Amino acid sequence: MTDETPVVARGLVKRYGEIVAVAGVDLTVERGDVFGYLGPNGAGKTTSLRMLLGLIRPTAGTSRLFGRDPIEAGARALEGVAGFVEGPRFYPYLSGRRNLRLLADYDEPTTRSRIDEVLELVELRDRAKDRVGGYSHGMRQRLGIAASLLRAPRLLLLDEPATGLDPAGMRDMRDLVRRLAGEGITILLSSHLLYEVEELCNRVAIIRKGSIVYQGALGELLATAATGYRLKTREPARAKALCLNQRGIENLVADGDELRFSADEDAVAALSVALGQARIPILQLTTDTASLEDLFLGMTDGESSDHDRPAALAAS
Amino acid sequence: MTAVARVYKWEVAKLLAQKRTYLGIGAAMLVPVIFVVVLQIQSGGPNDVPLGRYIRDSGIVTPLVVLLFMSIWGFPLITALVAGDIVAAETQNGTLKTILTRSRERGQVFAGKALATFTYTLAIVVAMGVVGVAAGSIAWGFHSFTSLSGTPVSAGRGLGLMFASLAVYALPLAGIAAFGLLLSTITRNSAASVVATLMFALFMQLIGVLPGTEGIRPYLLGTQFDAWHGFLRTPADWAPVIRALWLSAIYIAVPLFGAYVVFLRRDVAGD
Repeated sequence: MTDETPVVARGLVKRYGEIVAVAGVDLTVERGDVFGYLGPNGAGKTTSLRMLLGLIRPTAGTSRLFGRDPIEAGARALEGVAGFVEGPRFYPYLSGRRNLRLLADYDEPTTRSRIDEVLELVELRDRAKDRVGGYSHGMRQRLGIAASLLRAPRLLLLDEPATGLDPAGMRDMRDLVRRLAGEGITILLSSHLLYEVEELCNRVAIIRKGSIVYQGALGELLATAATGYRLKTREPARAKALCLNQRGIENLVADGDELRFSADEDAVAALSVALGQARIPILQLTTDTASLEDLFLGMTDGESSDHDRPAALAAS
Repeated sequence: MTAVARVYKWEVAKLLAQKRTYLGIGAAMLVPVIFVVVLQIQSGGPNDVPLGRYIRDSGIVTPLVVLLFMSIWGFPLITALVAGDIVAAETQNGTLKTILTRSRERGQVFAGKALATFTYTLAIVVAMGVVGVAAGSIAWGFHSFTSLSGTPVSAGRGLGLMFASLAVYALPLAGIAAFGLLLSTITRNSAASVVATLMFALFMQLIGVLPGTEGIRPYLLGTQFDAWHGFLRTPADWAPVIRALWLSAIYIAVPLFGAYVVFLRRDVAGD
């Protein structure tokens, strides 16, 4: 079974009466991916993650985890899979350790021996005997990771793991995710923190109003928008005239006292020399790279219906 | 230990870690104590109920008389307190999804919850019985008493009959528990399930006192709370006891099966 793809969702739909929460989601997460699942609040991220785990039944479509459908195979489909949706939840009246013991008893018998190890890993060993009711938000998030790791998963689903954490907590969470990925665990991470995704993930899917608007390598997504340059000079009018006659400078736009254009590196090099020879003082000549945030906002604000070509959206 | 046994163990542990469990068991134990104290202070007695006239004969009679008073709403309420809560609270707290994303099948989780609910139901009845006998015996001694047929019952045999009565009494109560479990699974709202379960129990009692319902009265759930009277007759009248057995089995099985089917298929969404 280990050679199966960790996540394959096809045509997932979830309807609640008139409301369509998820309108046909295809997702593929390959082994070793740190897969970022992005979308605004209410776009259907959590609902689709719930369907992946078999917590809710899809109105249509299928999801398979390592080749097994949780609706057909029940808990067996979750073998090698762990994680949480919409924040980890525990019994507030039991201690952290008792919560983990309980969950271990809902798992295979071997799980129990790992409790100390995972508590150590998320740095909760000192507080393990305290009731979860008294835990901070960050401690609960960490206990959630610990509870997931008890199962020694090959696939980890984390729904907004860093939400509500303080900056140090967020950094710790990122470090932990990176470390787990380094150990070979495939990770599906939903988030609306774009820098977190940019830093951690190799592949992303962006969901908007229940549909996937982009799915692919993060690098490719960013590359589609990384072709622009920005030029600031003392003499924008002369600079513009020069640029218009310069080979390889395309899509020239004057934006106040700034010029924006697309070009390859050689053309930019030639331009800088030409500007110098013409004695036009350069204040700034920088790449105008779209961040994931720009791309994300372009794709999710509904400005364009052209979902298949993020470059077209980002170039505006 | 099997998977279901392990779930059951934790369901009981969870109950033992929650205040409402102690509230329920505490109330069940407090009622016979109050009953005895009041009768110690006052000279009268509950003469118009079965065995009421013999309340001061022996401590063994105390829980039997209390059973009667608590069947209207006391025990149904204490039962509903846990049965209506056991699934709904986990839905509301989001812990249901936590345990349903482990290696146990939904059916196993449900079985553990149902067993824990019935364990609690039996526990409150037994707790009342034990405290009732103790309190009554302190007040009036542990003696033989008079059966419903007017014949004497020795203390030892009476104690056995009392526990048999508690067991038969727990059956219709388990029917109420099963109904509470069904509501708890469907409504996902703890408070609503507790209240609606109590309303169901009161409704079953109400039908029984309406004129014109004499024909169906033997088959109502409320009627089964009196089935134990059969043990206190000489010779023992098994008819009501046997009817309570199979009727309670139906009252338990139907909502339990419904709850099971819903639990297997339902969406476990957020709060």
